[in-house]
Amino acid sequence: MDKWQDNKAWFLVLPAFIIVAFSGIIPLMTVVNYSLQDIFGPGEAVFVGTEWFKEMLSNHRLHNALWRQFTFSGLVLLIEIPLGIVIALAMPKRGWGVSASLVTLALPLVIPWNVIGTIWIIFTRPDIGLFGVGINSLDLLEVPFDHTAKPLYAWITLLAMEVWHWTPLVALLAYAGLRAIPEAYFQAAKIDGASAWATFLYIQLPKMRGVLTIAVLLRWMDSFLIYAEPFALTGGGPGNTTTFLSIYLVKLATMQFDLGPAAAFSIIYFLIILLFSFAFYQALLNVGRGEKA
Amino acid sequence: MKIRKRTIALCIYFGILILPIYWMLNMSLRTNADILGNFALYPADITFQNYIKIFTDPTWYTAYINAMIYVGMNTVMSLAFALPAAYAFSRYKFIGDGQMFFWLLTNRMAPPAVFLLPYLQLYSTIHLMDTHMAVALAHCLFNVPLAIWILEGFMSGIPKEIDETAFIDGYSFPRFFVTIFIPLIRAGVGVTAFFCFMFSWVELLFARTLTITEAKPIVATMTRTISATGLDWGLLAAAGVLTIVPGGLVIWFVRNHLAKGFALGRV
Repeated sequence: MDKWQDNKAWFLVLPAFIIVAFSGIIPLMTVVNYSLQDIFGPGEAVFVGTEWFKEMLSNHRLHNALWRQFTFSGLVLLIEIPLGIVIALAMPKRGWGVSASLVTLALPLVIPWNVIGTIWIIFTRPDIGLFGVGINSLDLLEVPFDHTAKPLYAWITLLAMEVWHWTPLVALLAYAGLRAIPEAYFQAAKIDGASAWATFLYIQLPKMRGVLTIAVLLRWMDSFLIYAEPFALTGGGPGNTTTFLSIYLVKLATMQFDLGPAAAFSIIYFLIILLFSFAFYQALLNVGRGEKA
Repeated sequence: MKIRKRTIALCIYFGILILPIYWMLNMSLRTNADILGNFALYPADITFQNYIKIFTDPTWYTAYINAMIYVGMNTVMSLAFALPAAYAFSRYKFIGDGQMFFWLLTNRMAPPAVFLLPYLQLYSTIHLMDTHMAVALAHCLFNVPLAIWILEGFMSGIPKEIDETAFIDGYSFPRFFVTIFIPLIRAGVGVTAFFCFMFSWVELLFARTLTITEAKPIVATMTRTISATGLDWGLLAAAGVLTIVPGGLVIWFVRNHLAKGFALGRV
């Protein structure tokens, strides 16, 4: 619909702008400030220019963390998006099953993130966990399953946790998209004798484009920021094999107190996110336009 | 026949979804010695001692109360700030609206880890450290943009003619907004409140960093317990189970609007 043109609308946005700016802009300025100085103590700082940025950009541990992050987020999208669509397609369309399915699906989403980690520790430990004990009793693996011992197991556990935690979000989004398709489309497809696959490919999938874009956007961003779950589950180990960007950053900032490098790292991290946000945001806008046309 | 196969597959998936939660519930009903001594699929002797400990030990139960307080504050604040802003975005074109909307969204996508250190400084400077207000305010960083995003989707579904009619009938903007418009999008407001509750409830990093003792929430208490006393699995599991309860209750109330809400009102 056509919007009214009026710059007075700014007054409605202003309160929200101020409160977000307080938490968003002032701290960001502090980070910029840190990133350009070497801080020895209170009041003792030397301007170092782009020194920290050069150091961080050539830092191997940062490169590794970044690479791990891309691998992880990519795998997450590859698994969660198709799985979520399949679940949404299988969900009931009416009756008591709808409410039951929705509530079950949403349950993992309201569990605090570090509790998710705790749940999966308890579930996968080789001494008390159902999964850990179960898989070891089958005696199939060369090295007994223990997510603290072998990087591969740590990754599998983390991915399983991530898929368990967030696939419901994708499924809920896809389901919302499916429910919005008018029944007449399916009747027309039936009259034309379209197969279930053709119906999916030419009716359901295109109609889900908007919500799926949101799903990809949210999952990419949030998996890129992941902190609490691996922190609780593996602590970034074994070694550094599950140290993702946020975990590395928090280690650098609060354990080693390297304020300058940590701040430079923060800004690089933030710029990467910003770049992707912008690309996804444009994609989202185009989806909206495409539907109206 | 095809539909039955689907239903069975769905039930298996839901089973897998529930299994880890069930396992934690199982642990929470057993003593630590029992957990480490015997492997059992269900608790043979159900004991509530872990729950009793949480409900009688102030360091545990105040942590729940603290979390409830700041989550409640954050939800109210986010809605109050987001409602007028969302209205502006859904109804008006104004200079910089697109840029503003994008900037708000970047805050939803900013890594909390980036803000960790400055927050320590900022909140100590304004003497808000270790208060509920500090966490509620920090969570506004991602909840206000999210609330605007969801509400804008719901508001855009209301025809603009309603606003025009009300203004012609002589309604002032505040009166129209509160008595006509908000009741029209009350489902959206409910869903938004649910999301603010959810993201504030599940967040760990800010909540842990900005609190020391006075406002320490349950999620922080749990991580500190892990490192401090070795591992009392039963107690940890019971604390975990109790963190799921409020979320479960809230889901039940918004279940009919859940799907549309997750799609940010855009279906």
